[in-house]
Amino acid sequence: MESIFRKLSSLSATLILILLSAIFVVLFLYAKPAIKEYGLHFLIDPRWDVTVEVNTPKNTDKIQKDKSVTASSNDTIPTDSEDIAVPTDSEDIAIPQDDEDIAIPQDDDDIAVPQDNDDIAAAGDVQAETNVKTVYGGLIPIVGTVLSTILAMLFAVPIAMGIAIFLSEIAPPFIAKPVGIAIELLAAIPSIIYGMWGLFYFGPLVADVFGGSSVSLLVAGMVLAVMIIPFMASLTRDSMNTTPNVLKESAYAMGATKFEVIKDVIFPYAKQGIIGSMILALGRALGETMAVAFVIGGVFSFPHKLTDPTVSIPVVLANSFAESSGMSLNALFYLALILFVISFAVISFAKFYFLREKK
Amino acid sequence: MENFNNMKVMDIKNFSFTYAGASKPSLKNINLPIYEGKVTALIGPSGCGKSTLLRSLNRIHDLYPGNKYEGEILLKNFQTSEMENILEFKKENELINLRQRVGMIFQKPTPFPMSIYDNIAYGLRLKGIKSKSELDARVEDALKGGALWNEVKDRLNDDARGLSGGQQQRLCIARAIAVEPEVLLMDEPTSALDPISTLAIEELVTQLKDKVTIAIVTHNMQQASRISDYTAYMYLGELIEFGETTQIFLNPKEKHTADYIAGKFG
Amino acid sequence: MRLVINKIVLLLSTLSAVVGLGFLFWILITLTIKGIGAIDLHIFTNDLVNNGLRNLLVGQFILALIAVIIGVPIGMIAGIYLQEYSFGSKYAEFIRNLSDVMMSAPSIVIGTFVYAIVVNPIGHQNGWAGAIALAIMMIPIVVRTTDDMLGLVPKELREAGVAIGAPKYKVIFDIIIKAAKVGIMTGILLAFARIVGETAPLLFTSGNSEYFTLNLNDTFPSLTVAIYNLATMPDVELVRIAWAGAFILTLFVLIINLLGRYIIKDKK
Repeated sequence: MESIFRKLSSLSATLILILLSAIFVVLFLYAKPAIKEYGLHFLIDPRWDVTVEVNTPKNTDKIQKDKSVTASSNDTIPTDSEDIAVPTDSEDIAIPQDDEDIAIPQDDDDIAVPQDNDDIAAAGDVQAETNVKTVYGGLIPIVGTVLSTILAMLFAVPIAMGIAIFLSEIAPPFIAKPVGIAIELLAAIPSIIYGMWGLFYFGPLVADVFGGSSVSLLVAGMVLAVMIIPFMASLTRDSMNTTPNVLKESAYAMGATKFEVIKDVIFPYAKQGIIGSMILALGRALGETMAVAFVIGGVFSFPHKLTDPTVSIPVVLANSFAESSGMSLNALFYLALILFVISFAVISFAKFYFLREKK
Repeated sequence: MENFNNMKVMDIKNFSFTYAGASKPSLKNINLPIYEGKVTALIGPSGCGKSTLLRSLNRIHDLYPGNKYEGEILLKNFQTSEMENILEFKKENELINLRQRVGMIFQKPTPFPMSIYDNIAYGLRLKGIKSKSELDARVEDALKGGALWNEVKDRLNDDARGLSGGQQQRLCIARAIAVEPEVLLMDEPTSALDPISTLAIEELVTQLKDKVTIAIVTHNMQQASRISDYTAYMYLGELIEFGETTQIFLNPKEKHTADYIAGKFG
Repeated sequence: MRLVINKIVLLLSTLSAVVGLGFLFWILITLTIKGIGAIDLHIFTNDLVNNGLRNLLVGQFILALIAVIIGVPIGMIAGIYLQEYSFGSKYAEFIRNLSDVMMSAPSIVIGTFVYAIVVNPIGHQNGWAGAIALAIMMIPIVVRTTDDMLGLVPKELREAGVAIGAPKYKVIFDIIIKAAKVGIMTGILLAFARIVGETAPLLFTSGNSEYFTLNLNDTFPSLTVAIYNLATMPDVELVRIAWAGAFILTLFVLIINLLGRYIIKDKK
């Protein structure tokens, strides 16, 4: 009995490793057709679900640029004979304005291609033999994910540090305790609630203050920030609290101000934990779906300005997954794989370098 | 000349012990008899290895992998009257059997998270005793033997963790003697207790020794001289001197022993 | 000058705390206002098809419950391994850290994974897939809790159990787990609160259903997925229901959190 249980428990622990590997493998397998088809170009291709003509080499190249977004991405435009058709803003997965059920947007209604561009391009062709293929590229959601996360960190880090300092060094216990609990309650609120609040209250406020759309990259970044602040603040405060009192006391005894003690004693001592918690929060922000889905706008295009709507990888997955099949599903898995690898790398980096278990 | 061999319940022969990952042994070549029906005290300054030695006698070190034993620790098999080397026990059930014959009390009282009754009955149930009447009888005997019965007889179903420190330690002793072991090992059993509880337990030890051989580690020399029949003085992993308690304390053979007892160090 | 900088920093820090609290209250207050206004008996006695929340509340709860049934045993046994059988080996450290990494992994990716291995073979969305996705999210949390709580039990208690002749697994179950019982249960409770509020893993695994059903073989009602769908509907009535659902969900989650906190504090 004893040996049975011992083996069982060892198996359970190994299951975690197996699970993680399985996720990676499965994602990869389902993404493979898309990986084979689009290769690494997927990472820099801004087109999604764009039907293009694939011509045999002998026609005149006419690279038609749509007047919208791709100005800054010249180098992403392939110089082969394919034509570039980029979806214009108004036709994309707009969340609040649509009548459609946003959870299941129909593929052909959304990230769709203005067919006219194809026709214009095709005018340059003289070949009778044309094949069409659908191109998927992940650049826009990748950019959206990265930008929204960076924005979130920009807002969250100073505030979270401030809260941590307040809880750890400034507030007397009778204040620190309830405030600490309040911050942890913030962390417990489901992300979908943040989404709703962001959509109906925070977004419009941001739009009033900064102009632009009430669902945008900026709003998403800020809502994300509010979401990761409690997490970051808690971890940072815990790290700061590990500083031995004697260290702090000796600094005070030399006449240091509180700020100086924080800057010169606590932060260096707790450096690992603090940096680790920031990176961990970053990793979490990368994968956040619900809060961002409500407020990022769901428009599959580059944001020209911070206050433009756009998409992130989790948002694309949330909106398009259920109704996808074939290559579009593979492309979505490709996106999921990219997200998984990036998050995993960031979180592992935080965990294995900074927040290592000292047992 | 008395034939001491008949009276030994355990015999430690050329025993050395090295902790996992340590470069030097913590116990070097110990030769020590444990006489039946007597109280043997292990004394010495901190780090001398007395607890390490005690814990080898029920192989509790085996909970932590990587330790190395050398030599022999013999335990008398009461069926065959032969001495078996407990260091050769490898199988789980051999070790379980060993620990039912050689019980242990720890420095910190360790009541199990269950009722007083269940605490005492735990070892009995492990041995397969199921009948309620037998359990009831043996629990009562054990609690009486542990000088705890009168205090708890009306609240046997209360959680054992509600008892005071001294009561908890007596509970642990009752729990250990319920399975009727041949030897009882006590690792500084009173160092975490107040003086009154300490005295109560010392009295208990004196009463118990007729039924079970006791080996006790203590850093309190007065305690050793009060309650033990034999004393072993250890220093830095070696056995410096062993003999009857009166002789060790009044007439130590080694200067080292004399110095320790006089309080010159430790 | 140093004193001025000091004052400024301290002021900014306090301000941050105020901002943080401000957000909390803002969110809770708007939630309460919109939510309470929308609550009436009707939403508890009707299903989504009739503009009620009943099937969604029940469905979400069931999904989370099944996740607990699947995830807790696996997580606990793994946690037991880490704390009781691995003796601090490098492998155990690795698994521990890996489990923590999984805790922060994107929940939507877990949804895609379960889609691939459960929904695709079966052919359509189903409740089991949703529950499995939630279970996968639950496991690392339970591992962590069990590991930590068992680690708090003093080693003498383990030794005492072994010393009386109990085999190790009995020492673990009869003594160690019992001693850590309160901490472990609270941890499970908090993990439950966390996954009951999840949306992303359910979006395309169990989806949603407008009807009251206990059939896990088809799309299954989920409060969170429904809120996601409803909140952006043009129909004002549906948005109201979404707020009601959001309010109930948040209330439930916060109460469990406070309860868990209280239990732990009480036992110290």
